[in-house]
Amino acid sequence: MTDVSWIDAVLTSARAQAVAALLRYFRDLDMAEEAFQEACLRALKSWPKNGPPRDAAAWLIMVGKNAAIDTVRRQRREGPLPPEELISDLSDAEASTVERIDAADYRDDILRLLFVCCHPDLPATQQIALALRIVSGLSTRQIARAFLVSDDAMEQRITRAKARVAKANVPFEAPSAVDRSERLAAVAAMLYLLFNEGYTAGIAEAGSRAALCDEAIRLCRLLLRLFPTEPEIMALTALLLLQHARTRARFDSAGSVVLLEEQDRQLWDRNLIAEGLALIDKAVRHRRPGPYQIQAAIAALHARAQRPQDTDWGEIDLLYGALERMQPSPVVTLNRAVAAAKAHGATAGLEMIEPLAGKLDGYFYFHGARGAFLLELGRREEARVAFNRAIALANTPAEAAHIRQQLDRLASPLA
Amino acid sequence: MQYAILCYHDENVVCAWSKEEDDAVMAKLAAVHERLARQGKLGPVVRLLPTTAATTLRKDRDPPLVIDGPFAETKEQLLGFYVVDCGSLDEVLEIARELGAANPGGAYEIRPIGVFKAGSARA
Repeated sequence: MTDVSWIDAVLTSARAQAVAALLRYFRDLDMAEEAFQEACLRALKSWPKNGPPRDAAAWLIMVGKNAAIDTVRRQRREGPLPPEELISDLSDAEASTVERIDAADYRDDILRLLFVCCHPDLPATQQIALALRIVSGLSTRQIARAFLVSDDAMEQRITRAKARVAKANVPFEAPSAVDRSERLAAVAAMLYLLFNEGYTAGIAEAGSRAALCDEAIRLCRLLLRLFPTEPEIMALTALLLLQHARTRARFDSAGSVVLLEEQDRQLWDRNLIAEGLALIDKAVRHRRPGPYQIQAAIAALHARAQRPQDTDWGEIDLLYGALERMQPSPVVTLNRAVAAAKAHGATAGLEMIEPLAGKLDGYFYFHGARGAFLLELGRREEARVAFNRAIALANTPAEAAHIRQQLDRLASPLA
Repeated sequence: MQYAILCYHDENVVCAWSKEEDDAVMAKLAAVHERLARQGKLGPVVRLLPTTAATTLRKDRDPPLVIDGPFAETKEQLLGFYVVDCGSLDEVLEIARELGAANPGGAYEIRPIGVFKAGSARA
């Protein structure tokens, strides 16, 4: 790597911590962001010459803080500017900053920064856009491309989100244990949304959107380093890693979605799977089960199966049952029904989903799964009706293509 | 004499590498590994998963205490190690310089090995 790309990597990795501390200091997102930008510019000037500082984040916080104060003074036309040496020679100042900002401060700062982005007043799309802008440092243009909207529209979305956050008055004192765990839960949910934004992208958008998955995983690992004993954060990280491990197998050469059971498992990323499984092992040891742990455990059962027919569907059925009790939702029941059908036959699956017909009538997967169960039971006419309903509700061409294959099977006399 | 080359780097930085950047570093390292292997100097090579996957057993008390995370909170973390067979420290340092040129940033700690058992676990 060249000098500059190395600096870039350091700036990226220090960003969350530095912006978070600057936010605590200035209590204003725009000011914190501008201060960080200024610190980065100075780093690009000074680091190639003087080498990297011992603690990049502390350096950036210190320089950013001083630069922003300078700007304020200049605007107020008060007093002379401090000499440049005071800012550029930071060897002593840096050490004392490191001492003052101890690990607990960093932890709550970064959590606050993430939490600010997922304030409950913000719709999900604004939460994610704001996090990508503020925490990850993506440009408005990059985010706009990932969301398939114009630069102007994204600029507006981010500006609006910032205005709402400014009005929301997020408290800056150290959070209580209850507040902290609520913030963690909100941030975890936002990171999962961010990951899914990238994951649900089709192959055509995969280039600009797959980066969202990487970024969600990077932020999850960051959160886990800050809260290393939280089983749900371990599990969320595991869940993302296990899903991301399948990336290369998820699309065929024509760009169509390849269903889990038809994926070439040789293409799954074994390193990511190993890391995910290790994290689940760690989480389970705490004996404090939660929804992410259950979802990760389900993903792990898929990851552990060498071939689709090795999948332990009975266990997956039980895990979805546990998830249903924790977070009852028709979609979870639908997923459970698919597992139950694999483990105990299509009748079991069909019985489970029939009561959902009202709630999930507008849901593509409901009619797709129902059609598949009916087809397996030889109720071909009913299956055809269900598949036709599904195709009308398909969200992507890939989903529609998959249902069309099923309809083709119905049309052939041997199906 | 056998030496361990312990690889330390800021894991925040390494985890921020894109897949392409990571692959590029690994490809450069692979070229160095191959040459060392041909010369019969290269023993086991290990890349560790991130410290978030680590668990620590404190055995200085009874019963031992299980802690999530790595043994020490450090700015740079142990991310992997090499075992090499060399005639002198100078030779190991030369190898470390070559590896460092392929993978800049962080530090290598060179430690002579006392006991080395190849073991029977599958690679």
